[in-house]
Amino acid sequence: MPLEKIEFDYLRQLVRDHSAIVLDESKEYLVEMRLMSLARVEGYASVDELSRHLRNTRFSPLHAAVVDAMTTNETSFFRDLHPFESMKLDLLPAAIKRNEATRSLTIWCAACSSGQEPYSLAMLLYDAFPQLRSGWKVTLLAGDLSQEMLKRARQGLFSQLEVNRGLPATHLVRYFRKDGAGWQVKDEIRNMIQFHELNLATSWPNIPPVDFLFLRNVLIYFDMETKRQILRKARGVLKSDGILFLGGAETTFNVDDAWERVQSGKTVYYRVRRNP
Amino acid sequence: MKVLIIDDSSSMRMLLGRILDDLGVEHDQAQDGREALQVLETEGPFDLALVDWQMPIMDGIEFVRAVRSDYGSSGPRLLMVTSVNLLESVVEALEAGADEYIMKPFTKEALLEKMAMLGFELS
Repeated sequence: MPLEKIEFDYLRQLVRDHSAIVLDESKEYLVEMRLMSLARVEGYASVDELSRHLRNTRFSPLHAAVVDAMTTNETSFFRDLHPFESMKLDLLPAAIKRNEATRSLTIWCAACSSGQEPYSLAMLLYDAFPQLRSGWKVTLLAGDLSQEMLKRARQGLFSQLEVNRGLPATHLVRYFRKDGAGWQVKDEIRNMIQFHELNLATSWPNIPPVDFLFLRNVLIYFDMETKRQILRKARGVLKSDGILFLGGAETTFNVDDAWERVQSGKTVYYRVRRNP
Repeated sequence: MKVLIIDDSSSMRMLLGRILDDLGVEHDQAQDGREALQVLETEGPFDLALVDWQMPIMDGIEFVRAVRSDYGSSGPRLLMVTSVNLLESVVEALEAGADEYIMKPFTKEALLEKMAMLGFELS
């Protein structure tokens, strides 16, 4: 049964007042889904009943728990799936072959947020490329602007809602351990990543030439000139045959045309044009 | 694509049904493992079953074992959808033959991602 309108309106107003997140009409299922367990745990027969209680009482830890449940960061492990499948099946095997002489590989997640992307890559490397664990220097860098996000990412402690997002159950079992209500990434995966503070719009750190640069779902936050500068700097850090991944809604087209778009199966990536 | 929803909670069956309706996916439902086995037999084949764990009469793990024993790999893909959230339980479900596992509460996006992992890409 859908939520009563008065309750849905109350709950989204509560979330809006305390988080500035706006839930439109289409998010009713999301409110019900996320609050159903909380309602049960707190002894209410339904989300409507929980909401009626909240509506008639002063702001309490239960109100805060509702806001928390509704505002969890919307990102996921192995986000969009296809880039990681291409990495596993084509791009990493090719890079390993190319780099056989130097036996080094550098991957940089330049906007790592709470860490799901670098942890996905670390699990992929550990799981599918065990040969890299001996005799190879694999550098997996992860930067973000936010100190708070970096702290969370370094910790590698994720909520149940977060591990539900995109993480195969086999990986949950192999690479996480339960820690209270959360899930902690095991040290063998955590220790593969070097986290660092990074403002994409200012100067970039000195890093080894990069084989794979993940710059996904971050350009959208910048104006055109800053996007252009970031893509120019990206060209500077990538190896000549290095690969850039952008978010599904992002492109280099009409921003920095020195890039070539490559479609590989369902994945799109970019590399610097040979003869611009 | 055809999905079987198995959950003793009518509100959860309805919620999952609404998500699948939004995606235009055909679905049927059962209240416990035993009823689900009958529905598989009479209304099948199904591509995917969304399986709750704790149910009366026959629980989700017994159902998963029965499907793997009766249908082998030709049965539906099995996605556990449960509030059981222990690491050992995820291991137990995978060993019993479940293909994936999602813990309640979850978002529609999380369910879609799990379905995509099983080869059902919908949006």
